[in-house]
Amino acid sequence: MGKECDDEVVILVPTGSLGAGAREEELEYGIAQGAQVIATDAGSTDSGAAYLALGISKNNRGAVKRDLTLMMKAASKAGIPIVVGTSGQAGGDLNLEWTRDIAVEVARELGIRPRIALLYSELSKETVKRKNAEGRIRPLAPMGPLDDATIDGCDHIVGAMGPEPFIAALEAGADIVLGGRTTDTAVICCYALMKGAPRGLSWHAGKIGECGGQSTIKTVDAAGLLMRIRRDSFEVEPLNQINTCTPESVSAHMLYENSDPFRLFEPGGVLDVTRSQYEQVTPRTVRVTGSEWEELPYTMKLEGAAAGQYQTLMLVGIQDPIVLNDLETFQAKMTKTLYDRVHSTIGEAAGNFHISLRLYGWNAVSGAQPKAGTPPPPEIGVLFVATADTQDMANQIAKACNPKFFHMYMPAHHEMPSYGFAFTPADIPRGPIYEFKLNHVVECDDPMELVRTEWVDLSLEEAA
Amino acid sequence: MMPTVQDVCRHVRSKNAGPFWVTFDLFFRNREDFHRYARHPALGPATFERLFGTDPALVKQFPVENLNMVKISCVRPAPSGGREERDMHSGQMFVRLLDVQLD
Repeated sequence: MGKECDDEVVILVPTGSLGAGAREEELEYGIAQGAQVIATDAGSTDSGAAYLALGISKNNRGAVKRDLTLMMKAASKAGIPIVVGTSGQAGGDLNLEWTRDIAVEVARELGIRPRIALLYSELSKETVKRKNAEGRIRPLAPMGPLDDATIDGCDHIVGAMGPEPFIAALEAGADIVLGGRTTDTAVICCYALMKGAPRGLSWHAGKIGECGGQSTIKTVDAAGLLMRIRRDSFEVEPLNQINTCTPESVSAHMLYENSDPFRLFEPGGVLDVTRSQYEQVTPRTVRVTGSEWEELPYTMKLEGAAAGQYQTLMLVGIQDPIVLNDLETFQAKMTKTLYDRVHSTIGEAAGNFHISLRLYGWNAVSGAQPKAGTPPPPEIGVLFVATADTQDMANQIAKACNPKFFHMYMPAHHEMPSYGFAFTPADIPRGPIYEFKLNHVVECDDPMELVRTEWVDLSLEEAA
Repeated sequence: MMPTVQDVCRHVRSKNAGPFWVTFDLFFRNREDFHRYARHPALGPATFERLFGTDPALVKQFPVENLNMVKISCVRPAPSGGREERDMHSGQMFVRLLDVQLD
């Protein structure tokens, strides 16, 4: 290690995701405990590709502004920096700038003048094609090699940054660093790495901290976590003084949303916790030792999202026992009836279309038939999902299906049934499907190669 | 009577691990059940193929002894958010494991 490690680096993670609800009293406690940085993640791929494809946030503006206000007020008073990763849910340029505008607005309202660094990690299609042509993009299972058509098919592509761009911005004097797409761990551990803390412990602390208070036992509802990283160990403590950490709550977090519980691949290496030890040191605090970092050639993970076909929805509720007593027949007959209806009323113009019926209250979530002998439910909701190449065609398919979806007879019906529509008009255009198209890594000459840093330096503004 | 997953586990959960993978965590009641069942063939790739339509060659199993649990990860039947998505975060998929019999 090049630098002498500070004796202790104290990281305050106020919330698992910016906008999820930081708490003022937790920030005050963490700062009183000597926090040197406030670090939080602001998104992930978990909620689907729409947020990257559209460049929009999942959280509402008010929620993000509220958390930023609490964090910026506390950080400004304490004179410590803020680092945010994966701004605006997906970390694309649009998501980052949306977050930047909120941070600037908050600064003006608080009357503070921070130097804000913006780390852009969205990649142009040309850049991705060039790296791919150079043989420097590798697929991760289950994907195969990347081709230009897939790259062209993406609406936005981002690379997940490691800690280095954050460290560069902090060393250049940033008070607030807003990152585009960043690994969850990197944003939490960047400050510790900058201070020369051991890499295995820092990255492990980053993983434990990335979901805020999730690695704590929540006796009361709370948000954040405090971590102290030292030369030979790190300690994890809930910011809420009633909640606790236990060796199990902390070690189990390495399992969360990871396919491998021991090794976590990150830009420039892999965190290995095979030999980590977890020890209760106070009733609320756990100490972790033995975490290791193995250096590897520097890569960034690529994420690319695209809009695909369009969908239109309809929803009916059904309590009629004739239907509920034989839902398997109902679903099969309805599906065939609706496909026949589209073929007879729209024909080939319907193109590559698909209809799915999901029986909520019966088997919608899995799509699998319930066990034999499962009693009929008291009611079901039937969600109709038509998928087609255009929104207009998906709408037309729904309209063509409407009379059958509304009135289809079962064998025991003596008169025409009418199922319970929830809305008028009955059909709801839902917009496109959004999907991730990339699961690849790109090799980088250095950690800054694919990152652009811009500054909004409010300290240069004339005092009001 | 043959025990099922829910008989020998105190907690079972599932969650997405990125848009292409899902991971299942099975926490056994005690060390004895962990040793008896963590590597049980009924929790092998064939079961995951049958229940979820996943590629058995890519099913990965990681027994974690200090937590008395086994983590099993597999490729999602389709990437998240696709045409027939029913469970975006894969948070309900564990339910289909609960009745798997461990003879």
